[in-house]
Amino acid sequence: MATTAAPTGAARNGAGPEWGGFEENIQEPLSSQGGGSAVIDMENMDDTSGSSFEDMGELHQRLREEEVDADAAAAEEEDGEFLGMKGFKGQLSRQVADQMWQAGKRQASRAFSLYANIDILRPYFDVEPAQVRSRLLESMIPIKMVNFPQKIAGELYGPLMLVFTLVAILLHGMKTSDTIIREGTLMGTAIGTCFGYWLGVSSFIYFLAYLCNAQITMLQMLALLGYGLFGHCIVLFITYNIHLHALFYLFWLLVGGLSTLRMVAVLVSRTVGPTQRLLLCGTLAALHMLFLLYLHFAYHKVVEGILDTLEGPNIPPIQRVPRDIPAMLPAARLSSTVLNATAKAVAVTLQSH
Amino acid sequence: MAEAEESPGDPGTASPRPLFAGLSDISISQDIPIEGEITIPVRSRIREFDSSTLNESVQNTIMRDLKAVGKKFMHVLYPRRSNTLLRDWDLWGPLILCVTLALMLQRGSADSEKDGGPQFAEVFVVVWFGAVTITVNSKLLGGNISFFQSLCVLGYCILPLTVAMLICRLVLLAEPGPINFMVRLFVVTVMFAWSVVASTAFLADSQPPNRKALAIYPVFLFYFVISWMILTFTP
Repeated sequence: MATTAAPTGAARNGAGPEWGGFEENIQEPLSSQGGGSAVIDMENMDDTSGSSFEDMGELHQRLREEEVDADAAAAEEEDGEFLGMKGFKGQLSRQVADQMWQAGKRQASRAFSLYANIDILRPYFDVEPAQVRSRLLESMIPIKMVNFPQKIAGELYGPLMLVFTLVAILLHGMKTSDTIIREGTLMGTAIGTCFGYWLGVSSFIYFLAYLCNAQITMLQMLALLGYGLFGHCIVLFITYNIHLHALFYLFWLLVGGLSTLRMVAVLVSRTVGPTQRLLLCGTLAALHMLFLLYLHFAYHKVVEGILDTLEGPNIPPIQRVPRDIPAMLPAARLSSTVLNATAKAVAVTLQSH
Repeated sequence: MAEAEESPGDPGTASPRPLFAGLSDISISQDIPIEGEITIPVRSRIREFDSSTLNESVQNTIMRDLKAVGKKFMHVLYPRRSNTLLRDWDLWGPLILCVTLALMLQRGSADSEKDGGPQFAEVFVVVWFGAVTITVNSKLLGGNISFFQSLCVLGYCILPLTVAMLICRLVLLAEPGPINFMVRLFVVTVMFAWSVVASTAFLADSQPPNRKALAIYPVFLFYFVISWMILTFTP
């Protein structure tokens, strides 16, 4: 019934004058809807039976349709009233406000779905545990074939977890050696150091690779350097617990060297030209090895003489005053060593001022 | 009934017949009760429910929320494979636990020479940003858990570590020594294992089966960092 009424209403709308046409348009859906429901009602009333369940189903559907039609009719009625100059100002301001709200909401939801969509990162986390394990082991094995570009897996789960593990190991090391951070926090320093190294050195090497015309993307560089931190994690974990200098140097050369060689081999396979290779790989090797050295010494123990001579009159705002601790960690002697070292630190600060 | 079945299946009828016309011959006996509501009750009932919690006294609201939090604490202390924490999540429990932990771990004074412990803000930031990172990681790995459900589970599973902090504080009142340290180490290790097991029991089901280890490792790191902060705290 409603479908038959609408075309005639539209035809009348186009043909006749505007004012009359709109009024008829308003009345049409209501009457047709009333007529339609009346017809269905009569049919149902005729039955003396039928299950009440079917009646309820029909009733619910009719009520829903009525609602939808009532909404549409109310909207049209509102339009009709607006165009018919009834309550003009109220309607206009309400409509303008409504439209602005809709536009604003649409823009905000579009921006949100664009920037806060974590699904952008989803393909980089699509890994299996076996893959992560094999990539961790491969990061310690340098490959000799440098004639064609070696494959780098572009994933971010492994590197991210390795950076967090490095943060945890650093915290453990700082606590063990009673490092004091003035005007800073232990957590902040550890997180800043690790993430700063990973992101900063990756960007720097990517920039150098761009200059040297190497075929590597930013994601691949992040993944490569991230997996290279696996060697650092192993070395620091062992040497923070066993405080022997000779052992540290051995591990530094062996494990650090292996992971650096692997990264260097991958980069060499993707760069053309001896000068470029030397520049790129030399920089990466130097930064990687020196970072391990820095992590061990700055956060673990420093020879006090070096500290005195290097710092001099200007003490930087974030000052680390590491302590020299004995090889074993007996809690009984900890308080006395802490006291001695505290006195030394106070002396250092007083001396400099 | 036979007539009703025949008439709709009849392909020969050209005119569209009204729907229930074929059933007009059937009559019902009078003793089948036909009654019920014609109005659609769903929407009005929801509105009634909302207004009833708005009008109740503050004490009722607080007691109801506290009971819910307490019930979830029990679920954490005796972890079984259930989804109570996931079904009706709330963030009151994690907030209470985080604030308690941060207050107890606070450093003595700002410029003391001895690094007694982290500051309040440090603990707070570590807990909440750690939880957010783990949640984002588990969602990226393909887990079907919502953001706040994961925050809720991770926050509630800090309860064993808060208990460990209380015990460590009490133990530190005694004289310092190696036995002191060993006792604290033992307590913190046990509670750390309990936290990891509890959160695994709740979170493991929401991950794809072959990637459970990938999702649990950052949880392990997170509770390890918190345990380390608790263990190395000296007042």
